[in-house]
Amino acid sequence: MSFRDVEKTYRSLQGVDYTAVEHFSLDIEAGEFFCLLGPSGCGKTTVLKLLAGFEAPTAGQILMDGRPVTGASRDRAVVFQGDDSLYGWLTAVENVEFGLRMRRVPRSERRERALRQLDLVGLTGQAQKYPAELSGGMKQRIQIARVLANEPTMLLMDEPFAALDAQTRALMQEELAGIWRATRTTVLFITHDIDEAVTLGQRIGVMRAGPAAQVKGVIEVTLNGARSRTDDVFLKYYRRVHDMIRDEVAAAAGRGR
Amino acid sequence: MTRSRPPPAGGDKRVRRVWSVYGGYALGFVSLFVIWHLAAVYFVGSVLFPPPVIVFRKGWVLARTGVLWEHLSASLQRILAGFLVGSALGMPIGLAMGSFRPVRRLLEPYTEFLRFIPSVAMITVAVIWFGIGEASKIFLIVYTTIFIVIINTAAGVSAIAPDKIRAAQSLGASRAQIFLHVALPATVPYILTGMRLAMANSFTTIVAAELIAANDGLGKLLWDGRMFMLVDDIFVSLVTLGLLGFSVDRLFRWSIYVFAGKYSPAT
Repeated sequence: MSFRDVEKTYRSLQGVDYTAVEHFSLDIEAGEFFCLLGPSGCGKTTVLKLLAGFEAPTAGQILMDGRPVTGASRDRAVVFQGDDSLYGWLTAVENVEFGLRMRRVPRSERRERALRQLDLVGLTGQAQKYPAELSGGMKQRIQIARVLANEPTMLLMDEPFAALDAQTRALMQEELAGIWRATRTTVLFITHDIDEAVTLGQRIGVMRAGPAAQVKGVIEVTLNGARSRTDDVFLKYYRRVHDMIRDEVAAAAGRGR
Repeated sequence: MTRSRPPPAGGDKRVRRVWSVYGGYALGFVSLFVIWHLAAVYFVGSVLFPPPVIVFRKGWVLARTGVLWEHLSASLQRILAGFLVGSALGMPIGLAMGSFRPVRRLLEPYTEFLRFIPSVAMITVAVIWFGIGEASKIFLIVYTTIFIVIINTAAGVSAIAPDKIRAAQSLGASRAQIFLHVALPATVPYILTGMRLAMANSFTTIVAAELIAANDGLGKLLWDGRMFMLVDDIFVSLVTLGLLGFSVDRLFRWSIYVFAGKYSPAT
């Protein structure tokens, strides 16, 4: 997966152009867990929308396995930030099997696969509940189960745990890391949280403050096994990422003022 | 042994809930009639404002002779026919307007222009076109129903969270599948709300239409009451309308709860 010199310009209702990203280039290897980190409003979500195919770039090219991305497709599954994307009229298991149902996978098979995914994300026994009956963490688990059931080549996650409380977030990060180790699906994980990026990422791309944002640098995290927040090595990476992003946060804050 | 045992706690709670709902309604209605009675007997004291006892006695007489049922069923049939046709037409039009911008631009002049012409104002035209028979009444109810259903349905489609559509796209759904499996179910609560509002408006319209041109119906009963100075008849008609509207709305809410409860975010 690679971005080649991608640019995206939005036109506001007043007719003013805003360039979110410009000359944006990035390569993500198959099977890796890539965290894209940046200050708020830097264009992280724009990058995800472009790769997901929800929006088309103004200039440049996005390639997936060598072929240009032309629209949304089931090989690039998306986990959204809020719970808006869940279907409130479907039960948890019906939400999870949505993609399979669209592909006309037979009823019993898709039900079985959906239940297996629910087990994997720790929602055993919640299959018949509606999203409104579940907590924020459980709803994000449904989203994760829903995309995994669809067997995508790549997972795009847009700050999926940002709205959760600290304890639930830490738990979900641990579970996501476990799922990734088991499936080795390529992940692009967007976050503004350094701690989250160092906890999850194999590589961390730090973005410059917008407008016309790019990747400032990529830090490789060679932490093996479970990562503990109190390890010296963890703190070393935290500091490196922090040093890289500090100026960008200041720039973003200054622009906002 | 079994008889003396107290009912389980769950049942007890349910009984209490049923009581708090229906007991509340009953109390509300009783107080309404008490205030009416007091106002009629002690404050007004005129034949032009009969107390509830006299109205109910008259209602009983009209019900026994079948006159009341005749008028009631005439009005109700018109409302139902027009309401069903109006909803059935309004839904697909609203869905199309909400989904496709060109359709919206094309049809908005119709909906935005016509919905400001009240159905009551259309009575004259309806009578000229369709006579004083059933056709003109049903036309008016369709007219009064269709725009509310269209506007609510279209608003429901545009209120769908973009992430719902995007999620479906990246899960591999086609355009047709997104419409059928995402847009349509997401809009159901709005459609039902539109239908409920339309039902309330249908009552207004049917009475007005029957006042002006009809051989039967609750509006006709009202008008005859005025013509022949049968004040009690007027009040029987008014109370019937109130009770009928209340029951139909409850029925509607109940069926929403039973058939579409899961579509509503509140439940």
